[in-house]
Order: sequence, then C-alpha cells, then structure tokens
Amino acid sequence: MPENESHRYDVIVIGAGGAGLRAAIEAHERGLRTALVCKSLLGKAHTVMAEGGVAAAMGNVYPEDNWQVHFRDTMRGGKYLNQWRMAQLHAQEAPDRVHELEAWGALFDRTPDGRITQRDFGGHRYARLAHVGDRTGLELIRTLQQRAVSLGIDVFMECKVLRLLTDDSGAVSGAVGYWRASGDIVVFESKAVVLATGSIGRCYTYTSNSWESTGDGHAMAMWAGADVIEMECVQFHPTGMVWPLSVRGLLVTEGVRGDGGALKNSEGRRFMFDYIPEMFRAETAETEEEADAWYEDHANNRRTPDLLPRDEVARAINSEVKAGRGSPHGGVFLDIASRRSADYIRRRLPSMYHQFMELAGVDITAEPMEVGPTCHYMMGGVRVHPETQAATVPGLFAAGEVAGGMHGANRLGGNSLSDLLVFGRRAGMGAADFAEGRAGEPAADPAQVDAVVAEAVAPFERDGGENPYDLHRDLQTTMQALVGIIRNGPELEQALEKLGELRERAGKVHVAGGRSYNPGWNLATDLPSLLTVSTAIAQGALARKESRGGHTRDDYPGPDPELGKVNFVQRQTGERGYAAPIQISAEPLPAMPAELQALLEEGH
Amino acid sequence: MDVAQLVPLAGVAIQCPAVPGRACPAKEVVVTVDNATATPVVIGGTRGGPSAPTLRQDRWWLQPLVTVTILTAFIVYSTWAIFVNKDYYVGATLHRDLISPFYSPCIAASCVPGSVGTTVVASWWHITPALIVMGGPLGFRLTCYYYRRAYYRGFWQSPPNCAVADGHRRYTGESRFPLILQNIHRYFFLIGLIFNVILTIDAVMAFRMPGAGGIGFSVGTLVLCVNAVLLWLYSISCHACRHLCGGNVRSFSRHPLRHRVWKLLTPLNARHMQFAWASLVFVAFTDLYVRLVASGVITDPKIF
Amino acid sequence: MTDPTPAPTAADATVTLRVWRGDPAGGELVDYTLPAQDGEVVLDVVHRIQATLAPDLACRWNCKAGKCGSCSSEINGKPRLMCMTRVDELPEGPITVTPMRTFPILRDLVTDVSFNFEVAKRVPAFAPPPPPPDGYRMQQVDVQRGQEFRKCIECFLCQDVCHVIRDHEENKQHYAGPRFFIRYAELEMHPLDTNDRRELVRQRMGLGLCNITKCCTEVCPEHIKITDNAIIPMKERVVDASYDPVAWLGRKILRRRKRTPDEAAATAP
Repeated sequence: MPENESHRYDVIVIGAGGAGLRAAIEAHERGLRTALVCKSLLGKAHTVMAEGGVAAAMGNVYPEDNWQVHFRDTMRGGKYLNQWRMAQLHAQEAPDRVHELEAWGALFDRTPDGRITQRDFGGHRYARLAHVGDRTGLELIRTLQQRAVSLGIDVFMECKVLRLLTDDSGAVSGAVGYWRASGDIVVFESKAVVLATGSIGRCYTYTSNSWESTGDGHAMAMWAGADVIEMECVQFHPTGMVWPLSVRGLLVTEGVRGDGGALKNSEGRRFMFDYIPEMFRAETAETEEEADAWYEDHANNRRTPDLLPRDEVARAINSEVKAGRGSPHGGVFLDIASRRSADYIRRRLPSMYHQFMELAGVDITAEPMEVGPTCHYMMGGVRVHPETQAATVPGLFAAGEVAGGMHGANRLGGNSLSDLLVFGRRAGMGAADFAEGRAGEPAADPAQVDAVVAEAVAPFERDGGENPYDLHRDLQTTMQALVGIIRNGPELEQALEKLGELRERAGKVHVAGGRSYNPGWNLATDLPSLLTVSTAIAQGALARKESRGGHTRDDYPGPDPELGKVNFVQRQTGERGYAAPIQISAEPLPAMPAELQALLEEGH
Repeated sequence: MDVAQLVPLAGVAIQCPAVPGRACPAKEVVVTVDNATATPVVIGGTRGGPSAPTLRQDRWWLQPLVTVTILTAFIVYSTWAIFVNKDYYVGATLHRDLISPFYSPCIAASCVPGSVGTTVVASWWHITPALIVMGGPLGFRLTCYYYRRAYYRGFWQSPPNCAVADGHRRYTGESRFPLILQNIHRYFFLIGLIFNVILTIDAVMAFRMPGAGGIGFSVGTLVLCVNAVLLWLYSISCHACRHLCGGNVRSFSRHPLRHRVWKLLTPLNARHMQFAWASLVFVAFTDLYVRLVASGVITDPKIF
Repeated sequence: MTDPTPAPTAADATVTLRVWRGDPAGGELVDYTLPAQDGEVVLDVVHRIQATLAPDLACRWNCKAGKCGSCSSEINGKPRLMCMTRVDELPEGPITVTPMRTFPILRDLVTDVSFNFEVAKRVPAFAPPPPPPDGYRMQQVDVQRGQEFRKCIECFLCQDVCHVIRDHEENKQHYAGPRFFIRYAELEMHPLDTNDRRELVRQRMGLGLCNITKCCTEVCPEHIKITDNAIIPMKERVVDASYDPVAWLGRKILRRRKRTPDEAAATAP
C-alpha cells in the first residue's frame, strides 16, 4: 500500500459549522497547532440555514431578562431531560459569545440606542434572539470563517473523515479521511480531536438538513468507544414540504394554518376533526362551519382542530398516511388556496408565497401544498463533560448538534446557535488543555489505517451488488415510516429488523467509476454512519417507553416521571463498526443543585 | 513577489501544501494592510466546459447592438449639428428665445446675434461656437459610470455581454493611461452642474416671447424645460454625486444631513441608466426641435 | 376545490440535461434524458441522474435552498445556482449544464475554487477599537450598508462571470474580484473599523481592472447591488485617496503625505 499523505497537529476539529469554527479559533488562539477538516467548502455548513437568531439573555430589549430565566426556559423546553450544567453554562455564557462575534465583525440588527436588538421566539419568556434579519446563521458562520481565516488556521476543505484512530490505551490519536477531489487518503495524527459534525437528518426522507448531515460524528464517536445519549430525541416539524422535489424539506410555518389553511387527505376530507383528543374536545370545534367561523369570531366559536398541538397534528397526519389516505408523495394536503383569496394569502404570507413561487413554481394561492413530518434537529448525541465537552473516550471532544445533553428532549428555537458558540469554545478549550497535557506525539497505527482504507474502497472491488443510492433511499423510507415523528413498539421492532437487513446489504455495496469526486462512492462512505445512527435512534426510541419532548410514542402517550430521571446511553462495548451491535442502558441524570432546582419551580 | 516560487494550490486544500508525510506548520503570519500580497495562483489551470466563446442561447447580442446603434446615431447627429453652425437659435424675429443645448452658452464671436447669453468670452473664436462648450457635457458622459459600462460592452466588446468572451486578448481595465483618467469623473460632474444651471436659465428664458405678448409658454418652452429637468436628473443621479453628497462617510448616524441627502439620491442613482438614455436622446431632440423652428420648417406652437 | 390532487405531468414529457462530463484531461457534453416532473429545479434533475443513469456524476451542493452557494454552474451558458433554476422557466429543448468557466476543473461540474479562498486570506481583518465596558454601540443606519454585502453566500458566480479573470487568466494574480470588493467595501463602511484599505485595493487588489460592466450584479443570486453599492463607492474612495487632483494639490501645499499602508496599519489597534 502506498504511503498516505499525513499531517500532525495538536488539535483537529472535524466539521466547519459554527461549533467547529469556534472550537478551532479557541484552540488556535491558545497557540496550538490546529486544523479544521470539513466535508464541504469552508462556509457552506448547515449553520447557514439557521434563520431565527442566537438566544442570549443580554437584556437589551427586556432588562429583566437574565441567565436564570434563560436556564429555566431551556430546561422547561427540554422537558428536564437536559444536562443541567450545560444548560446553565449555556445561559450564562451566551451573551459574551454574541458580543465577541461583534468584535470580529458581525453586524447584528440594532436597538434605537445602538445595542444589539433581540426578538421573541417560541418558548423564550423574553425577547432574546440576537439576529440579522432572517439570515443569522449565515452571519454567524461568515464571521467565524473570516476570523479563522485571518488567524491563519489550516483548513482541509472537502475532506471527509472516515474514522477516528485510537492508541493502545483507547485514547483518540487521530483520524483517517479522504480528499473528495482526488479520493486520496489523508491521515491526521493529533493529540485531541473535536467532533463538530452536526446532524443526522439524512437518515430521513423528509428533512430540512443538507446532504452533509449524515451523523458522521455520532457514528465515529461510537466506533471509537464513546457513549451517546438521548438518540431517540429527534426534533420533527409536522408540516414540511414533501413535494415538489425542489422545495422538499422546506418548513411550512404554523402561521399558514393560523391564517386559514386546512389539512385535507386524498379524499378531500378535513381529517383533523377525526382526531380531536378528549382533553381538547371542550375547546375545539366539531364542525367545519364552527371552525371556519372561529377565524372571524374567536369569542363565540371554538378553535379549529387544524391548530391542535404539534404532536396531535403530527399523529393525525401520520395516521392518515398510514391508512392510505395520504397525498401521492406520502404527505397530506395543506389547503389555503381554496379557502382564502389570493390577495389575502400574498399579504399575510409574503415570504412563503415568494419562496414557493421562486423555487418550485408552486402558487400557494392556487393549489394546495403537500406537507408531512420533516426531520429538523437532533437533540441527542455524544455524551460529553458539560464543562470541557470531553467525550467518554480520552482525547475526544464534541460540540454543537453532535453533542448530546444540552437540549434535553426538545430544543428551543435560537438555542442551537448559542449552543454552537458556547460549547464550540468550551470544546476548543477542553481539547487544548488535553493536548497540552498529553505526553508525546500520538502516531497513527498503520494497521488501523489500512483497515479503514480497505473498508472504504471495498465498494470499488465488488462486482455488481447494491447501488448506494437505492440503499440510502430504502434506509430513509424505513426511518421515515417506522422511526418518524410518531412511534410505537411494534413498528420500532420492525425498523430494527429492517435496519439489520440494510446493514447486511451495506456490505455488498458496489460503486462504479474512480475515486476522484465520485458522489456515488461518497454516499457509500456515508452509509455506515447513517446505519449506525439510525440503529441508535430506533433502539433509543424503543427503550424510552413514554412520550417526552421530541419523542412521541403512540403506545405510551404521556410522560413517565421515572423515565424523566434517566438518559438512555448507547455504546459499542465489544466489536465496533456499523455492523456491530450497540448496547443500550438507562443511567440516571446528574443531580441538580438545590438553588437551580428552585429556579425551575418558580412560576411565571 | 515571484509567483513561480509560490506553492501551487493542490486540490482544495487552502492552507497546507499537500506534501505527503509532512505536517503543516502552524501559520503565525497575520495579514495586515501592509503585508497583504498578490494572490498566488497557478496560471493556466485547465478549465472545464466546452471551449466556446459563449454557450448562451438567448439573444445576448441584442443589448450591445442597441447600445451601439443609439450611441452611433447620436454621435453622427451631434457631430453634424455641431459643425453645421446655423439654425441653433430662435430669436426675436420668430417671437421666441430658444437656443439649442449644443450651442449654449454661446460665448464665441461667431455666435448669431441674440444667442449670446452674457458676453462674448472667446472673441478670437470664429468657427462653430458649439465646439467650445461641448467638452464639458461630453467629458461628463464619457467618464460616466453608466456610459462606461455601455461602451465597454457595445463598442469595445470587453465583454460584449455577461459570460460572452472578451473581444480582446490583453486587458488592463482602467488601471493605465488613458483609461485611468476615468477617475476624474467627479470634476466633469461638477462642470456638468454649471451647464445644467445655464440650460436651466435657457429654459427660463424660453418663457420670453419677444413681440408676442412678453411671457408665454410654447412647445419649445416645454421642450427646453423637459431637457433641463432630465439633465438635472441625470446629474444628481450620478455615482460621483452620490459619493460626494454622503456616500463617502463611514458613519451615517454622525452625519444625519448627509445621510438624508444620500437616501434621497440612492433611488435616483438606481435609475441612472434610464436618466442617461432619456437625457441623451432628449438633448438631441431639443436641438432638432430648435433647428426645425429656426430654419422655418415648423412653427413653434404657443400653448398659452 | 374538488380534487386536491395536482395535475400530473403528461406521462411522455421528458427533460434532457446536456451535462459536461470530464476532468483536466478533457471532456464532452453528454445528454441524459429523464421523465419530467413538476416544479423541478436543475439540481433535482442532476440528483435523479446520479441516482439512476450516472452515479459518479460529480456535482457540488449542500442546502438546496439558495442559501449556501455551493451548486454554482453555468446553465445554458449563464452562471447560475442549480438549486434556484427551475426547469420550466428555461426554453424548450436540452438544458446545457457546464462547470464554472473561470476556475480550473476538478471533475464534471466541480471546479477548484481555491482562488477565492486565497484572496480571502489576503483581506486584512476587521480592526475595531477595544470595546467599551457595556459593548459597542452602532446605529442601524450604519450597519445596514454592510449588512447588504454580508448577505453574500459566496457562490462565486460574480467571480466566475467577471471577464477580468474569466477571459484573462493572468489577472488572477492581482485581482480580488467582485466578491472581495464587496468585502473590502463592507470593511471600509464598517462604523467601527480603523484600517484604511484603499491603497491596498488600488495597488494590489486590482480595483482599477474592473470596468464596471456590471455582470457581477446581474448574476448575484442574493441581488446584492455589487457594482452600484460596493465597487463604484470603492472606486470613488480610491479617487479620494489617490487620484483627486485637488486633494493631491492640497496635500502638496499643506505638505501632507498620503498615509502609507504601513502607517494606516499602525493606527489599527
């Protein structure tokens, strides 16, 4: 085997979204040799898609806002499944991180007296989101990118990391990847590795995530022996577009239903009337006439069932699709076109109207939308120390969406961007401390490298076999149908069985062509991660026999106070890799100090 | 900096020269205004796509063609109008006071009687008086950011249209003589303002109807007024004007007045192209109208 | 509405993409024909080609919503984002999809855009004064000008279309390009920045090479007015610093020299 390109660093950061960039900046400023490795070009990471803002209790708009309130909001949103110390640090440090961005050139929208203005968002008691119009994520990533570039941090772009390397003691000693451009292998030897690889959205058919969100970090951590927690907690949006392809994954805000949009099945029936749960019966309209009258006169009519809580809507859509009354592409219809005038729709929903018109030629004033549950955010991830972001394997750190614990069972809007900044920095610090304290230069174990390379290039050597695109599609279909927004025991067991079959098929994947920028091969190398995280999600979902936050079980519709005290931890103890089993166990949440407990109990 | 010594950029790594087996040194050099260097690139990297001047299938040639046609027509007409040296003034004998914008201000000894606005400045000038004054407006339009775009595309084919190959092998843009002189546009803008004032006075004077009731309003008056308004709009929508009036400040909030002016000029600046064409065509039309009246081809109808 | 099912496309309707396939050694246009689908963008068709006819067709993409600027290419000869170009808005017949012309080819539709990242490294960073205890204060009117330029998604279509480097490879050594002129403009207009980059932009970043033919503005998917709001104001600022004869005379008479880049950098904290 020819000698591979190899690089030696103190810290390598895998992933160049907000968290990865922030971690790399921190480690570099500590004077360590730092490299940033990312699958795409620099500045293209999924962080650019975040619109709302950065949640930080700066109190610029409401002086009464402070970290205690932000902490309480975050814990409540996460249904108390959060790691309390992470939520606390996050609330305490977010304002400093935002101010720091400003010193690096970010231009946030201002208050009349010249400070950073803040906007309201669901779940936050006060207006708290620092923002730049609806492109806050872009501002954040561009600011961090420009900072990183001006510091001269080494960036390895379009370089996909396949697997982490470990030394004899089990500590992480580097990583192996390949250049997408050439397909050539590159080996990193490093004292510490920070994972900042983002989400897992590509496990699902309908997702707002980009192609990069394949759960590489989650999977690589597990393959290196690290724990992951709360993998069952995936945030879905009940109404994302499922068709046409050009807008698939775009989220359709609840505002459309609030302004008169009605959910209909393939028979044209407003099915939400069939799904009014007992506890909402008193306040929900029972006839279409009453529901329609409610929009005009809230006082004398009851609310339309189209505006039932998120999980009820999701459950209803799920049932209709499974009963065969869904739209041609696996969603349901959201019809505002036949119910409101074109003028009214354009006036009330201008950006939705323009977005659909421009991207898909879909005129929402003339035709119904096809919507369905869409994967949006991953709460679960690598189990980390709340202060250093250290994973359970020495030398490994994780920040951002790949790390678990911060958001508990459900994430509040705006907390993801502040999460990236606060814990990106802490991961950089943690990795720097670890690297400084680590004796000697870790060296890559050639046998491990060879094994990883052999597995990665195996698809070229097989004659015939599975098409990676087909396998990926089947995986997405399985996850969307059986481990989606509404889950139940039998379906999850069925999913695990199917995932087992898919793991076997993954061993037979064949790709044609060469290694240079070959998307078929690139997808084939993503499949192991996708399979591992999918399995972990399904196992976690099966284990958590309750409904809590983003995790909803049809067969256990309510929360279970006992399960609210535990995390489901998954790890690979024996054999590691996508084909190996994953062990799962329940472990108690860390105990919260009394003074923080008291904060949670304060009323509004 | 010798480009040949620079490390070729391997693949998509932006930092590390991809030398097998060697670590990247941590880079300590921070770019400052002073040490920022030229960009090291490998010259002649193989490009993708078919080697055709353009793959555009739309009528991309239409826009430069229209530009060339209108500008050529204007140049031909205005050259003729400048050198014909007659029929540029409608005076008391026709009960009007209309002067062609090409000949205003008429300050040469050769000016026809009555056309001299104030005094004869260039008493030694005996050929066409239009030549003395054409420099100002011509320079303003030649160095105008919009016209530059139009003639670089239309006449110089550099490029003829977007994503269509440049018509020239070598290109130095506006970085050398003579095109570096484009940078004095702001002075031509100021000179242009003087002409705007004079042509505005001409428009006011066009309300005079000697021997036909003193003050009145004819089609000729209207033409001169519209011409003056269009020239003002063209001038104040100019990019140099927008810069000088407020665009050059770093902080608007510390210069509220200049910010207000800038805000006023910005939407006009967005229409600079339209004003450029409208005022160009209308200047020629104004000359033509005055010429037709002066030569007796038409009479200038009085409106009130 | 009686039937909420959208009208299906006629079963025999097809869409043909004429895609450039190749690498530095050479390449050619290859036709791929697929059944047409409603409301598709060009990138959707490319994905369907990858999943069925050509699994190794190289194409860069990320968000598929016009926000990351990865899928830049040339569609029917015009630089555009594949994810923002609907098939039904293009004329009938095969759709030509080729890689960006200005940058070296890697494979198929993927080009080596590292030129842009090299230029980015040469931008002297934002240099604010030390922050006051209660944080910086800036007014909305002051940040708004820079915010327009910060909408940039770095698709590099403006760099691709700019004839200064598209047709004159040798200019890449001393030309920053429209994307970075808006970056310089943003910094020059930043209410807190203390650097003076005008001489740098004139001497080494090739602002004088731009002949304001405005193609960058025409292709910008974010509709940033690159020429009117950034390049021309930068040209005027350079005139202020270097070309204005009255200012030059004033400096001569008052014996004031222009600040060198060194001195300008020295005033930066």
